[in-house]
Amino acid sequence: MMRTFWAVLVVVAAIVLFWYAAAVPMNIKTALTQAEREGAVISPEGAAARRDMSAIALALANPGQWGDTLVQDKPRLPTPDQVAVELWQTSGAMVLKGRAFSKRSLLFHGWVTLSATLLGFGIGTVLGVVLAVGIVHSRVMDMSVMPWAIVSQTIPIIALAPMIIVVLYSVGVQGIIPKAIISAYLSFFPVVVGMVKGLRSPDSMQLDLLRTYNASTSQGFWKLRLPSSLPYLFASLKVAIAASLVGAIVGELPTGAVSGLGARLLAGSYYGQTIQIWSALFAAAILAALLVGILGMIERLLLRRMGVLA
Amino acid sequence: MPVIEARNLELTFQTNDGPVHALKDVNLSIEKGDFVSFIGPSGCGKTTFLRCMAALEHPTGGEITVNGVSPEEARQARAYGYVFQAAGLYPWRTIAGNIKLPLEIMGFSKAEQEKRVKDVLQLVDLEGFGGKYPWQLSGGMQQRASIARALGFDADILLMDEPFGALDEIVRDHLNEQLLALWARTEKTIGFVTHSIPEAVYLSTRIVVMSPRPGRITDVIESPLPKERPLEIRDTPEFIEIAHRVREGLRAGHLDE
Repeated sequence: MMRTFWAVLVVVAAIVLFWYAAAVPMNIKTALTQAEREGAVISPEGAAARRDMSAIALALANPGQWGDTLVQDKPRLPTPDQVAVELWQTSGAMVLKGRAFSKRSLLFHGWVTLSATLLGFGIGTVLGVVLAVGIVHSRVMDMSVMPWAIVSQTIPIIALAPMIIVVLYSVGVQGIIPKAIISAYLSFFPVVVGMVKGLRSPDSMQLDLLRTYNASTSQGFWKLRLPSSLPYLFASLKVAIAASLVGAIVGELPTGAVSGLGARLLAGSYYGQTIQIWSALFAAAILAALLVGILGMIERLLLRRMGVLA
Repeated sequence: MPVIEARNLELTFQTNDGPVHALKDVNLSIEKGDFVSFIGPSGCGKTTFLRCMAALEHPTGGEITVNGVSPEEARQARAYGYVFQAAGLYPWRTIAGNIKLPLEIMGFSKAEQEKRVKDVLQLVDLEGFGGKYPWQLSGGMQQRASIARALGFDADILLMDEPFGALDEIVRDHLNEQLLALWARTEKTIGFVTHSIPEAVYLSTRIVVMSPRPGRITDVIESPLPKERPLEIRDTPEFIEIAHRVREGLRAGHLDE
């Protein structure tokens, strides 16, 4: 246990170290220009001479300016500590000040995105399960729905999202619903695929056994197919909830939304606030990890209750 | 009236390599209370024959009746319990829950379910294991639970497809002994597929020897052994003589080719 802990820690430390190392050449040009303006001696002299040089060569030629690359206001690549400080200041620190849900708080933006994510995930899951049940029980649906479900996922969501929002806006639907629908669009697919596989997982012997009892189709569904499908369903749900989050963020991009993690990303890129972009990205990643983790806990609890897990 | 009667039964599977005659010209009648074993090499159609009785396969020729009606009607009347080679217990149900499965499907009342679970657990010697999950039981105990599941709704016919095929010799001997006791107590008609000669001879009142390509019956042996059969009976001359005849029958089936 301890060994694993240290090994994981070493991997994380290596990633962080690599990140810092990358920040030096990424930010070196601005740092050199700034330092030269303040009177430092830079080699080679003059921004024009440095324009076409590689960032790594510049960094190697000016080790004295490395420190400057890690503390810029608008770096190309913010450092881990800059992102961490920004994350804290826009979440924990604001909670301490009692302004957890101010417009500057990532918690506020995270909640806006999360609510759309959860609604979309709910719609996508229900839709996915219903379609899977239909596909498994009806040959016509198997042949007609499945190809469309697959095709639907080949269209880039970034191209489709603005149309969904515009169409819904024109019929008076706005706010959380369009984002949730984009979320659902992304999340129903893994549920369909996993659920179809799960509902078909009982082998022919299991199905024969039910035949010998002269069981009806619905008895077969409730007593055999549905319980058999649960492990598959949960694997799919974990993929689906991450896709839902992506969908909700993408849904915030084309509308010029003012709240939500997507809006935060967009505002950050408008104003060159790279630190803000990265902290929004990390907020999204943390949110996704939390959601997947919660699903994993529900899965374990449920399977244990069912007696499948020891 | 025989419980199961097959006349000129024929089943041909159409495959890409041409027709496969799984069963051809099969004639047999099984009387009430018989313990009939089907023995033969793989591909001889013994399992297919059993599945025809259970309406899990549909013959392409000839006739078969179960309790005087078609197998399909017998299935709908829940006339038989079927035991597969694998126990196939639901891992998410306890042993009691697994035995209740057919009872729930057939609409027995809760109280009746409890009573029957208790009865059949006793019948297969698994009292006290009702609350366990399948993974907590050994392979032999799981197979006993699956037999209990087939007994719960009290069908008169028990069809068993190599139920002990995956178990080791010692467990198998023990289960064979128990199965005989169970058969004596319940007086069911049993159809039993096996590829073990001693198992077939030890258990059966009649042994049906089958051979492949096309799957057919080559010999039907009436066992002179008494109903009461301790395991030691396998060392008696009578037992050895029947086993010999079965072996001869199997060999003859092969020489035909």
